[in-house]
Amino acid sequence: MFKIVKRQEMAEGTVILNEIEAPLIAKKAKPGQFVILKANETGERIPLTIADTDTEKGTITIIFMIVGKSTALFSTLKEGEGYMDVIGPLGKPTHIEKLGKVVCVGGGTGVAVLHPITRALKEIGNHVFCVIGARNRDLLILEEKMKAASHELLVCTDDGSYGHHGFVTDVLKDLLTKNDDIKLVVAIGPVPMMKACSGLTKEFGVKTLVSLNPIMVDGTGMCGGCRVTVGGKTKFACVDGPEFDGHEVDFDELSLRLRAYVEDEKKSHECFLEKIKG
Amino acid sequence: MAIGNLERFAADYERAHRKAPKPEKASPTGKKVAVVGSGPSGLTVAGDLILKGHDVTIFEAFHRPGGVLVYGIPEFRLPKEIVFSEVEGLEALGVKVQTNVVIGRSITVDELFEEGYDAVFLGVGAGLPMFLNIPGENLAGVFSANEYLTRTNLMKAYKFPEYDTPIIKGKNVVTVGGGNVAMDSARTALRLGAENSYIVYRRSETELPARAAEVHHAREEGVQFKLLTNPKRFFGDENGRVTGMEAIKMELGEPDESGRRRPVPIEGSEFTIDCDLVIIAIGSGANPLLTKSTEGLKLNSRGYIVTDTKTGKTTRRGVWAGGDIVTGSATVILAMGAGRAAADSMHDYLTLGW
Repeated sequence: MFKIVKRQEMAEGTVILNEIEAPLIAKKAKPGQFVILKANETGERIPLTIADTDTEKGTITIIFMIVGKSTALFSTLKEGEGYMDVIGPLGKPTHIEKLGKVVCVGGGTGVAVLHPITRALKEIGNHVFCVIGARNRDLLILEEKMKAASHELLVCTDDGSYGHHGFVTDVLKDLLTKNDDIKLVVAIGPVPMMKACSGLTKEFGVKTLVSLNPIMVDGTGMCGGCRVTVGGKTKFACVDGPEFDGHEVDFDELSLRLRAYVEDEKKSHECFLEKIKG
Repeated sequence: MAIGNLERFAADYERAHRKAPKPEKASPTGKKVAVVGSGPSGLTVAGDLILKGHDVTIFEAFHRPGGVLVYGIPEFRLPKEIVFSEVEGLEALGVKVQTNVVIGRSITVDELFEEGYDAVFLGVGAGLPMFLNIPGENLAGVFSANEYLTRTNLMKAYKFPEYDTPIIKGKNVVTVGGGNVAMDSARTALRLGAENSYIVYRRSETELPARAAEVHHAREEGVQFKLLTNPKRFFGDENGRVTGMEAIKMELGEPDESGRRRPVPIEGSEFTIDCDLVIIAIGSGANPLLTKSTEGLKLNSRGYIVTDTKTGKTTRRGVWAGGDIVTGSATVILAMGAGRAAADSMHDYLTLGW
């Protein structure tokens, strides 16, 4: 068992943080890599990007939003309990290099994935602008950590309850307009947000990395379930990614593939809610 | 003589009655062996070397040991109970099994040697699913056989929602390919409720690579064969789900480099098949995850590990390989044979030197 040593609720209990004992993974994991978790015998294998590691304690941190049966099940695990299986680190690490000015854009729980990448980009000597957004103030996560990991943090909310009133793309556009020397944008969040950011940066001709979250089973290149079209070619997100050039990704195909099991997922989630209620 | 069935009976009988004496184990040699992958070749190596007194650890990337025996071969051909009982038998002899460890990511081969392993066997399987590279292949409802079978066999999607992993249950299912894996896929689809399960294969009956018995069983179960047929593209609906396939009729021309008559499209013979599930079972390539992270391993042009055919020795000292990562997709028996040969050679190395 992989024990949960710390559990924290964020964004009004819609987002859960788990710090998990996994010394082998903690030792190896680099920013951008992910793990696959399975809660119990009957559980599904769920890929989640690593939000943090502590090599001394031998722990990794994951942060996830409760969206379906499996994440609902994960959210019921208490401190001291644990996951039956955790596999990783998987995928290619983010290529971290000193470029000059970079912008890190995060939406929703994508901010959790973005955090270690932002920190590493700053540590290597980039000037890091950071833009994070959420639907409203209460759903915003990791504001303090992102402030510390960047040089300038800009916050926006869809409803204007905090920071800039609007989407992360508005703020990103403003940054790109004012700074013509931005070398890289890293955008991580929901698919529509990554698509919008990539569309925008393409106009400005700024290289953009996105981190994709397709459905996976094994995570080691064996099943091909996570295939995405990048630059007209089929890639496996688990071994060729999860990060890709945002200007080349077919986001519409990704959205459709993510919905492949939408009916089954609903049924499974309803069964689970029924079970824990009664 | 039905040799396979007699062997199956003997093994089933022993598992039920436990009459055979426990195999004798040689005294400890103090040598440590890492076996990467717990499929047929890895299990064979582990079983042979533990009896020769070596300290054996198996590393498996999945959460369950067994490799293709567990994720690939359906329950109706190989009950999982048998595989788990075999693994338990090895554990009782002292073999350690570490699941959830991806060699090449969680630990590298170099690190295994640093940790004190004296020899390493690589039996990671082929594992990289091939696709047709035709339009519409990324529609939802188009699977590699690896994914389709892993969802049903390893993740038990046939028991959804009791088990959490879902699977698309097609009414009209097309399986592309003519090997044993294609037969397993087409039969699985029928057992999951398909009304029509088609095998689409571009050559004729004579060239079907599956064992005759598997073809026979598939037919018996109601699988329909569309031979001399090649897919051209898949169609989908507005939700991006597959709804049909355009295919073309083929005829056999001159023999190709494999000695089989080359299938040639018959111009203008295109037709469509309605389908809501497609399984691509046209074989696997070499998964580069481990080989790319390991120095000193010579690979052939297709990415498979080059070994000495008699011993399974790779070009790196202390490292052996066997099974599909050497031969490309082959059979369980061949992989076990490679495991046995490698185990003999590894024992010689551990007791006598390279």
